Amino acid sequence: MAEYEQIDFDVIVIGAGGAGLRAAIEAKQRGLRAAIVCKSLLGKAHTVMAEGGAAAAMGNVWSEDNWMVHFRDTIRGGKMLGNWRMAQLHAQESPDRIYELEAWGALFDRTNDGRIHQRDFGGHRYARLAHVGDRTGLELIRTLQQRAVALDIDVFMETKILRLLKNSSGEISGAIGYQRPTGKILVFTGKAFVMATGGIGRSWKYSTNSWESTGDGHALALWAGADLIDMECMQFHPTGMVWPLSVRGLLVTEGVRGDGGVLRNSEGKRFMFDYIPQVFAAETADNEAEADRWYDDHINNRRPPELLPRDEVARSINAEVKAGRGGPHGGVYLDIATRRSADFIKRQLPSMYHQFKELAGVDITAEPMEVGPTCHYIMGGIRVDPDTAASTIPGLFAAGEVAGGLHGANRLGGNSLSDLLVFGRRAGMGASDYAEGRTSSTAVDRAEIDSIVAEATAPLTREVGENPYDLQRDLQDTMQSLVGIIRTESELVQAQAVIDSLKERVKNVAVNGGPNYNPGWNLATDLPAMLSVCTMVTKGAIERKESRGGHTRDDFPAADAALGKINFVQRVNDAGEVVVAPEPLPEMPDELKALLEEGAH
Amino acid sequence: MAKVVMRIWRGDSEGGEFQDFPTEVSEGEVVLDVVHRIQAEAAPDLACRWNCKAGKCGSCSAEINGLPHLMCMTRMDTLPTEEPVVIAPMKTFPIIRDLVTDVSFNYEMARRLPPFAPKAPGPDGTYRMQQVDVERGQEFRKCIECFMCQDICHVIRDHEENKEHYAGPRLFIRYMELESHPLDTNDRRELLRQEMGLGYCNITKCCTEVCPEHIKITDNAIIPLKERVVDASYDPIAWLGRKILRRTKKSPEEAANYRSDPQVARSAK
Repeated sequence: MAEYEQIDFDVIVIGAGGAGLRAAIEAKQRGLRAAIVCKSLLGKAHTVMAEGGAAAAMGNVWSEDNWMVHFRDTIRGGKMLGNWRMAQLHAQESPDRIYELEAWGALFDRTNDGRIHQRDFGGHRYARLAHVGDRTGLELIRTLQQRAVALDIDVFMETKILRLLKNSSGEISGAIGYQRPTGKILVFTGKAFVMATGGIGRSWKYSTNSWESTGDGHALALWAGADLIDMECMQFHPTGMVWPLSVRGLLVTEGVRGDGGVLRNSEGKRFMFDYIPQVFAAETADNEAEADRWYDDHINNRRPPELLPRDEVARSINAEVKAGRGGPHGGVYLDIATRRSADFIKRQLPSMYHQFKELAGVDITAEPMEVGPTCHYIMGGIRVDPDTAASTIPGLFAAGEVAGGLHGANRLGGNSLSDLLVFGRRAGMGASDYAEGRTSSTAVDRAEIDSIVAEATAPLTREVGENPYDLQRDLQDTMQSLVGIIRTESELVQAQAVIDSLKERVKNVAVNGGPNYNPGWNLATDLPAMLSVCTMVTKGAIERKESRGGHTRDDFPAADAALGKINFVQRVNDAGEVVVAPEPLPEMPDELKALLEEGAH
Repeated sequence: MAKVVMRIWRGDSEGGEFQDFPTEVSEGEVVLDVVHRIQAEAAPDLACRWNCKAGKCGSCSAEINGLPHLMCMTRMDTLPTEEPVVIAPMKTFPIIRDLVTDVSFNYEMARRLPPFAPKAPGPDGTYRMQQVDVERGQEFRKCIECFMCQDICHVIRDHEENKEHYAGPRLFIRYMELESHPLDTNDRRELLRQEMGLGYCNITKCCTEVCPEHIKITDNAIIPLKERVVDASYDPIAWLGRKILRRTKKSPEEAANYRSDPQVARSAK
């Protein structure tokens, strides 16, 4: 029988990025016993890498802005696939969540009259992103981290969760995992659990995501019987670094374009004017003069096409490179050097300046950056009730990137940080309400624990077998080349076959060394989640036979109006297989539909 | 492709030794790339921390050829390759395994800091602050908590016993950030003098030199803090002036007594 330590709280949050921290803060402020369990050290979660800002219609720079415009931008940017209620709550509550950070010590950049400054970003009608230079994620995570410390919230750092556990009536009651430094098994029992584990991008070769983004939360929820939606909707960020190879995929903030940067091909042409889709034609400038005037006058000019939503820009860059108009390393040029002063660039984009200088030897105040699309974000995730963040299984809540619905088929830049705050808080509220009302047992099954521990530790006991790094590389190569930015049925089917073969190979993984701080073993325990998540993305991508947002099908290049009214829901059946089922989107009320019309604002 | 030998420390709290890994380096690679390749090909159990690989999270701190660096921001082409590249864990913190150290000292010191306590917002429920007033704090909030300043600081690097009563450069910039925060009302100066060991720092500026964010730790945080702490302790006129003018500040005693319960204020292990 496996040895383990049992730890009990009221609310247990898995993940210590923005959503997890905000959820735990809410539960703790309510007086509940709240704990956070996270895979890395506190303050290192992926939120720290967010650069541009947090979108909130505070109207500090453009007083014309309000939640209704933000709602409209979010739904249209998401290609009408987003959950209307989530988009409404998000647009309405984001400003309060930003002001709350300030009351917890955050120091945002200011306007001349001393209010929080807001910057322009793609797909947002007005300058709307509260920011600190281009290191907004760091400010957000540090503020929440310091708030969590002030509230004395217990944090179990460097702890990987393997499985969720249920009581005899099927409520989520526990989570089993291990401490990475020691390999010691921990069993957390609690009345409510919040999943806030972030994204899945580690399974792609060129990605902005860190080693942590293995989709643990998506997989844990799937295995426990929860519904997930929109898993085919991945975002490829238009601007990742492409050279040197060792940093390929690293994020270059959209703030470069928000602050005046433009995209050019190898002929020096601002090619985005050739790729303005009909749906955004009325609000997008069709000539350089108007586009350049827009930065100072948003009312009488239309937005530059470089600030179209990310899916449009990423596809356009892809097309330019494919047509032979790319740079020497397979990207296009992002130029801010000829458009803004060196002082301005260093002040507004200090970490971009630093990053290119140190890693690529490029001075962005003097020369263009070479950039290309990189795997960035999953719009899909755990299906949640918009108001409470409850998943479809009792006792489990979800917020942030691991939850689906808000962003539809494409997320607007800046909406992620505000998503974390708005729905992190709501998940904390929902979980607290649930915990306070729960009277059922949180007892978990001993035999189940033993079998989970046996399976997780098996790679340590095998003398010979597969190297987990080989499996990870094969998975990354497959997802990159077959389930990337442009997809087609034959390649997706081929990808699923590779994933299925990897599921067999993972049963034979062997690692040397012991359980204490062993990255090879840690990866071996991440692989099952990565494979389940890649299965969902691939199956969803096969089912959605149209192009919409981040999901682009070469064999179905147009959007299909009927599919635009459908979420693909994924869950496991009794045999443990992932099944995909179409379900109609929740019907948007007429008064919100009216907000989407051009000229409504 | 240049050939190079990576000499990496392997071991745990019981002891260990350097192990050589001959490898080839491609254009543009950083130290962390090479460590990852060694993990994938030669030593899957080689322990190191990393997250962002972009100098933003501060996870991959190590001592490269004797000095603290972020492995993700140290390009291989800046290191001499005739000799082995020596990579060791940070010396100031207890070893967990290989390049991974127990940095809980820093988290413990963060817990002992009396938190941000803002004054009341304006009539519209929000705060007004000028850019010039937030910029000083913003410099310190660039800190990515790589803890390399703590690692290089000889007060704790060479004297384990000082950890009980020395917050270190990372925390000193946090104290200074709050000290200069336009909204904060807590006075932490007496705590800094009595329990956080501000006086131990003798301004050798080692911390400033290793900071990957180029924060002027000594000049902009530690020296101004030392001056303010002296003012608080020894200048009765300044003390009286503060009493009269800044009634909202908590007294030094109140601030120092924050979290006096032993469980919370337990000393760093």
